[in-house]
Amino acid sequence: MLILTCPYCGVAADETELTPGGEAHLTRETVGADDAAFEGYLFKRENPKGVHFERWRHAYGCGKWFHAARCTVTLEVFGTYPAQTTEPPKDIRDKITAKRPGWSWRDFG
Amino acid sequence: MSQMWGIVPLPVVGHSSNRLTLLARPDWDFIAMKRYSVFAIAREAARYHTGWERAWAARAPKKKYDVIIVGAGGHGLATAYYLGRNHGIRNVAVLEKGWLGGGNTGRNTTIIRSNYLQDPSAAIYEKSRSLYETLSQDLNYNVMFSPRGVMMLAQTHHEVRGYQRTAHANALQGVATEYISPQRVKELCPIIDIDGPRYPVLGALWQPRGGTARHDAVAWGYARACSDMGMDIIQQCEVTAVRQSGSKVTGVSTTKGEIDCDKLGIVVAGHSGVLADMAGFRLPIESVALQALVSEPIKPCMDVVVMANTVHGYMSQSDKGEMVIGGGADGYNNYTQRGSFHHIEETVRALIETFPMISRLKMLRQWGGIVDMTGDRSPILSKTPLEGCFINCGWGTGGFKAIPGSGWGMAELMAKGASPLTDAFTLDRFREGRFIDESVAAGVAH
Ligand SMILES: Cc1cc2nc3c(=O)[nH]c(=O)nc-3n(C[C@H](O)[C@H](O)[C@H](O)COP(=O)(O)OP(=O)(O)OC[C@H]3O[C@@H](n4cnc5c(N)ncnc54)[C@H](O)[C@@H]3O)c2cc1C
Ligand SMILES: [Zn+2]
Repeated sequence: MLILTCPYCGVAADETELTPGGEAHLTRETVGADDAAFEGYLFKRENPKGVHFERWRHAYGCGKWFHAARCTVTLEVFGTYPAQTTEPPKDIRDKITAKRPGWSWRDFG
Repeated sequence: MSQMWGIVPLPVVGHSSNRLTLLARPDWDFIAMKRYSVFAIAREAARYHTGWERAWAARAPKKKYDVIIVGAGGHGLATAYYLGRNHGIRNVAVLEKGWLGGGNTGRNTTIIRSNYLQDPSAAIYEKSRSLYETLSQDLNYNVMFSPRGVMMLAQTHHEVRGYQRTAHANALQGVATEYISPQRVKELCPIIDIDGPRYPVLGALWQPRGGTARHDAVAWGYARACSDMGMDIIQQCEVTAVRQSGSKVTGVSTTKGEIDCDKLGIVVAGHSGVLADMAGFRLPIESVALQALVSEPIKPCMDVVVMANTVHGYMSQSDKGEMVIGGGADGYNNYTQRGSFHHIEETVRALIETFPMISRLKMLRQWGGIVDMTGDRSPILSKTPLEGCFINCGWGTGGFKAIPGSGWGMAELMAKGASPLTDAFTLDRFREGRFIDESVAAGVAH
């Protein structure tokens, strides 16, 4: 059972109260993007065995979208943070480094 | 498990002195294996089963192979088998990080069907289903293919239209299916409640030659046949890096050292993203846990496979009498081989509505496998950006049925550079918008 704390309303929500929204921090490619960039945005996905960043929605709660940093092997949650950012905040990255030295995810790590 | 084996017995290797000798000689040379037959059973019965050989040889890796396959699941082993049998390429190793068939091949609910909507899917799945018909004879290994018939229930009007459409498509593709009435559903499967309160059964897509097979035996049978051709199946050998020179693959690093190859086939299902990362490319795939469970064994009560996709539940009865049950996949990436609890509840709740008589059954075991999901719910059998490196993945929740056909096509692709079975399933189809959209038909279907 996965429990994520909603960074808006503070509720520790069970996964049945949440809707998973897939990979976080995608750049929305648009007019003018080349094929490779557009393909990357639409289809290619990070699929790490380890540290991962995702979007979630507190669907049966306050309804807000937020981000979570999580380990896909142990389901350990490193932290959740608001949606209004294009990259994982430093305090979350530091927490991950403390627990998973040498981690990397896309260009972060 | 032994009572499940027909005339071809489970090779009894555990206690034979023969096996101990072989274990002491890991460089055991290639000796053609003895055939399993009714005469072999009689012979062994007469000498207290002391003469069964190891089912496949355990060898140390060589320095170099023509072809290395990563992953000894059904698809990897079948690829190796048809490379040898159809293309004469026998200097092949299959590397497995755990034990043979310990991935999804040994964790699935073994439903075999070929009633897909799109033509490229029908071609590869029907090729596969038809190979299953004679697989026990071809491999000299009883894979217990049981074409008992598969029905996919239509429980919404949308499904009625969808399955009628699929039945018409199947007629044009030469795949024998039929859209049947609720009364016929009840005749074929008397334990179903067709007037269920939430989702009454409105009809079904029926494939009489669909069914099940014994999952482990499929892996073991292919492994034995590969070993018999002189190929090396190396267990507990994890690939940790893909080596390349220029943009061409040269070999792999493993927990048993470096091994070179001319061609590399990545066939690792849930771990495809991990291997693609080692090889330097990205995939349109995400890995999630999918669960199954089995009940205590009961008397025979259902001799068809029933899939109820709207309510996320499907069920068949194993030869041991257990009800084999599968459900929905997790909605978020993970590698836990366990899955979320609420899926079991959803599945069981749905099945109890459809099959009221199972309401007091006790469940024996539950487990999960990591399935590799693509956006169009179709697999990828393709060349990759790394020259000499091929990938077979994306079978997601439904690739057991495809093992023989996928191995056939993948072997041809690796040997000749192209195969009519795999041409549509390339990695670049996403960029080019050539999806093979089975997401409606196969969203939760297995
Ligand atoms: C619960 C469940 C129910 C299912 N039900 C059905 C069904 O009813 N019908 C159906 O058709 N399909 C079903 N499927 C899907 C089916 O099981 C899979 O599509 C199929 O078994 C995939 O086979 P494979 O050979 O590609 O992968 P696997 O059998 O998973 O084999 C891949 C192998 O690669 C190995 N590997 C991974 N990484 C490495 C590495 N670095 N080095 C070396 N080896 C590595 C793994 O250990 C594994 O043994 C189900 C799956 C699950 C989980
Ligand atoms: Zn909230």
